[in-house]
Amino acid sequence: MGIRFILMVNKQGQTRLAQYYEWLTLEERRALEGEIVRKCLARNEQQCSFVEHRNYKIVYRRYASLFFLVGVDNDENELAILEFIHLLVETMDRHFGNVCELDIMFHLEKAHFMLEEMVMNGSIVETSKANILSPIQLMDKAS
Amino acid sequence: MAMHGMRGLSIFISDIRNCQNKEQERLRVDKELGNIRNRFKKEKGLTPYDKKKYVWKMLYIYMLGYDVDFGHMEAVSLISAPKYPEKQVGYIVTSCLLNENHDFLRLAINTVRNDIIGQNETFQCLALTLVGNIGGREFAESLAPDVQKLLLSSSCRPLVRKKAALCLLRLFRKNPDVVNVDGWADRMTQLLDERDLGVLTSSMSLLVALVSNNHEAYWTCLPKCVKILERLARNQDVPQEYTYYGIPSPWLQVKTMRALQYFPTIEDPNTRRTLFEVLQWILMGTDVVKNVNKNNASHAVLFEALALVMHLDAEKEMMSQCVALLGKFIAVREPNIRYLGLENMTRMLIVADVQESIKRHQAQIITSLKDPDISICRRALDLLYGMCDITNAKDIVEELLQYLNSADFTMLEELSLKAAILAEKFAPDLSWYVDVILQLIEKAGDFISDDIWFHVVQFVTNNDDLQPYAAAKAKEYLDKPAVDEKMVKVCAYILGEYSHLLARRPGCSPKEIFSIIHEKLPSVSTTTIPLLLSAYAKILMHTQPPDQVLQNQIWTIFTKELRYESCIDAEIQQRAVEYFALSRKGAAVMDILGEMPKFPERQSSLIKKAEDAEADTAEQSALKLRAQQQPSNALVVTDQHPSNGEPLPVFVGQLSVVKAPNMNNTEDHSSTEQVLSQENGNLSQVDQQPPSADPLSDLLGPLAIEGPPGATVQYENSAVSGLESGPDVVDGSAIVPVEVGTNTIQPIGNIAVRFHALCLKDSGVLYEDPYIQIGIKAEWRAHQGRLVLFLGNKNTSPLVSVQALILPPAHLKMELSLVPDTIPPRAQVQCPLEVVNLRPSRDVAVLDFSYKFGTHMVNIKLRLPAVLNKFLQPLPVSAEEFFPQWRSLSGPPLKLQEVVRGVRPMALPEMANLLHSYRIAISPGLDPNPNNLVASTTFYSENTRAIVCLVRIETDPADRTQLRMTLASGDPTLTFELKEFIKEQLVSIPTVAQAPTPAPPAAPPTPQIPPNDPAALLTDLL
Repeated sequence: MGIRFILMVNKQGQTRLAQYYEWLTLEERRALEGEIVRKCLARNEQQCSFVEHRNYKIVYRRYASLFFLVGVDNDENELAILEFIHLLVETMDRHFGNVCELDIMFHLEKAHFMLEEMVMNGSIVETSKANILSPIQLMDKAS
Repeated sequence: MAMHGMRGLSIFISDIRNCQNKEQERLRVDKELGNIRNRFKKEKGLTPYDKKKYVWKMLYIYMLGYDVDFGHMEAVSLISAPKYPEKQVGYIVTSCLLNENHDFLRLAINTVRNDIIGQNETFQCLALTLVGNIGGREFAESLAPDVQKLLLSSSCRPLVRKKAALCLLRLFRKNPDVVNVDGWADRMTQLLDERDLGVLTSSMSLLVALVSNNHEAYWTCLPKCVKILERLARNQDVPQEYTYYGIPSPWLQVKTMRALQYFPTIEDPNTRRTLFEVLQWILMGTDVVKNVNKNNASHAVLFEALALVMHLDAEKEMMSQCVALLGKFIAVREPNIRYLGLENMTRMLIVADVQESIKRHQAQIITSLKDPDISICRRALDLLYGMCDITNAKDIVEELLQYLNSADFTMLEELSLKAAILAEKFAPDLSWYVDVILQLIEKAGDFISDDIWFHVVQFVTNNDDLQPYAAAKAKEYLDKPAVDEKMVKVCAYILGEYSHLLARRPGCSPKEIFSIIHEKLPSVSTTTIPLLLSAYAKILMHTQPPDQVLQNQIWTIFTKELRYESCIDAEIQQRAVEYFALSRKGAAVMDILGEMPKFPERQSSLIKKAEDAEADTAEQSALKLRAQQQPSNALVVTDQHPSNGEPLPVFVGQLSVVKAPNMNNTEDHSSTEQVLSQENGNLSQVDQQPPSADPLSDLLGPLAIEGPPGATVQYENSAVSGLESGPDVVDGSAIVPVEVGTNTIQPIGNIAVRFHALCLKDSGVLYEDPYIQIGIKAEWRAHQGRLVLFLGNKNTSPLVSVQALILPPAHLKMELSLVPDTIPPRAQVQCPLEVVNLRPSRDVAVLDFSYKFGTHMVNIKLRLPAVLNKFLQPLPVSAEEFFPQWRSLSGPPLKLQEVVRGVRPMALPEMANLLHSYRIAISPGLDPNPNNLVASTTFYSENTRAIVCLVRIETDPADRTQLRMTLASGDPTLTFELKEFIKEQLVSIPTVAQAPTPAPPAAPPTPQIPPNDPAALLTDLL
């Protein structure tokens, strides 16, 4: 079913955003996040962006202090996911302007709104930045 | 940007951020949860705004990993709020916190339906998203018709319809009947004429699910998919907003080609021709470009096209074009492309006729096997394993063996199993096979399962020609100074059976063979000793004419010297007694000790394993096979670097990143890291910042959108630092493995002594060498413990590639916090390690630690002092407490008694101290006999909770080397484990010859094969 989860984790291993598209209990999430973060953050810049873990493949990308980790099925197109991460970051950047970890931390709801416009049930819904951001802009105007 | 008035939420998030440690965070979270709970309780006066704020806090807390077991009702109730902001929060938080089986969700089903069929399209979107994410069967049955109507409605705007498509996908997965196949296929076909790319992207995901379930029903969609692909890839007919770095929606292209892979074949010649034209266009038209995002996006499409080409069973010419492309890709340095090249080449193995051309890339694949990146290694290993056959087995297996020396710890098991399977499956001759397995055992004994060495024994037994060779090899290996215990087992077995075949060779007389084997006896465990005894008996039997001296020597071992006749291990004891009795009967019982009979020929379990594995790969490969087009700006091929070994900096800049135009100003605010990395021209510097570095600088630093990770950045940096920058070890490591100097660094102090000291105390040094010191500080509370590892760099330069991996035994749950990749000069890093004891066991956790200093890669495996006694709490008891419990626990398995011999002689107070140091409290005066000790303790584990253990030790003042020990507790495992544990502390390795105590009743000699015999085990296995 494509994307299983999306995590944003900082360099210290603290979760800044977690969105799952399959139900895991809290314990399972904690264990999974711990294992994945340990594995991915230990990797260096010369290594590839894909890590195999249990029955997932983790496609990850680092932007300054923040890691974006996407868990997918084994037969997902890895590069397409890798660029989808970048699309997400560009979208957040367009909204926040020079998005940084603090933006995501203190505007968790916005990050969720954006993600919700982009992914649904593990599948990609929308890839046009304008379309993704229009509901949020509407809301900002209203408030 | 303002928080739209949710000040309370901002303050809470700041508070959390300012927490110094997990404990503080927990306290703050608990306080907040209490606050929210109170506010929710007195519902009156709670405005929708308040609710919204609290519900966000709940989501935040949940994300941090804390259980939020209340307030779900409040979240769900927000769904029915009239205003959009509240409703939206209700929908989003509900879909994060609840799953489809939650009762509260059922309560909302009517509101959700009303929103879906209502007139407000933003509400429709929210409701469709919730159902799409967590809707269950019940939703499927009641909502499917409404959702279908929305998807097909011409009056509905795309923003609703794209969500309806994915919502329907969810409902279909919950209950396939909701999509009526007869009518639906036509509608689906019409849907693919959609111009809006958002709706099309969602509909394509829906189509993939439908065709994977039943492709026949949707055959009319096939030409439409080809048309869409043509529109995107060929005609580039998409709105600007849907092109990504100039590529028309790569995601929709990939999805469309994925859908096409579910149709078994394309019959219509026109459609087929059009599709192949498009594919050829993609294969030919994809160039390597400088912009990394554009490059990734176009290659995502390219790899998917390749998979489709293979699926469609294209003409031979196109196929070999694909193999050639993959060959290029597995040779580039850019790690992502190389990884995908290897992965897809493995999938391609199932295509007929390409194996030979894949074999031509063997040397290149082996280079990747040695890559420091474990993801790439695994792909290379899988590919080598898949492409191995009789023609190349020797080369491949020998490479695998060589790689065992330097492979990542986590790879060893898989690697050795695969090497063993290949050696067995494709051995060109049997002596080679024996060589391979012995080398495997030598290099990775710990990771070799028993059946691997059982198989060697089986092969040797069944092949007479092989026996002298195997025996000679076994002698050679056993002659080495430090021999793995598994090696001792297999060699002793082979020498016992076949060393007589070597009798005429120099150095191979029975006496010499015997002494080679016997030398190993003091260092092996009790499970190996029986095998050695069998070997002795067999050697003795084969010595004709009998050698009196040897015979006496062996008899002494059986009877006196090592006291096996009175040994505490029943297996050893029985063998010693029986072999002694048998060998005294001489030639009359020769047959019993004769060579093992041949094994019946059956399919090897290893080969079976291999075949299962193959079936798995075949399944995967059937899903997709990929190929790629020759890039015009060739990426650097690793085997082309010049003879001096320096990596060519040729493709510098070719893959470097071009900024997105709207992000020009990010550069000014580049995080410290980026500046640092550019100055140094070496990104490995990034990690040299300790993780404790000012978090603010990280947080405030922009996400450096123009600086994605991975090797691409490295190229950019090379460009900055100039082409002539000297050889960079880290940089080159992708091709040339870093020199492995594991043995050149000697630890300071004795590791075992340090470990034992730490078993008794809670802080101290675990390990030290010239570069690093690892200290430990531990706190234990009941079944939990918190250890802090102190990693101290003793040098003026950093330690890099620091990795710590905990290998916990099954009974411990261990969680190591993040260990930084780099330890700065003269710095000490603290890494907390949480331990939870699940059940009693004596197994020990291991820390697999590695770092690099200069060119030295150091890897050490250290036992961690999270041992049984750490979960004990001394508990002095009175006579009134002791005796009733002692009596109520009667007999095995709760109460166990054992006579322990070979005890390290010590006075009673000394023994009392020893027990005390292991947290077992002595209760003096409870036992009337002054030579006895009575003690008690409480053991804690998650499964057993607190549980009292009682100990009684009876000593004999006349013979301090033996004692009787009785252990009792309410848990049989605990009784046994604690008994063994105390015994381990009291007993020293039996070395002194001792007057045998009255011989235990010896079992009558039986010609049966004892159960530990590998041959017997083998027979069982087969």
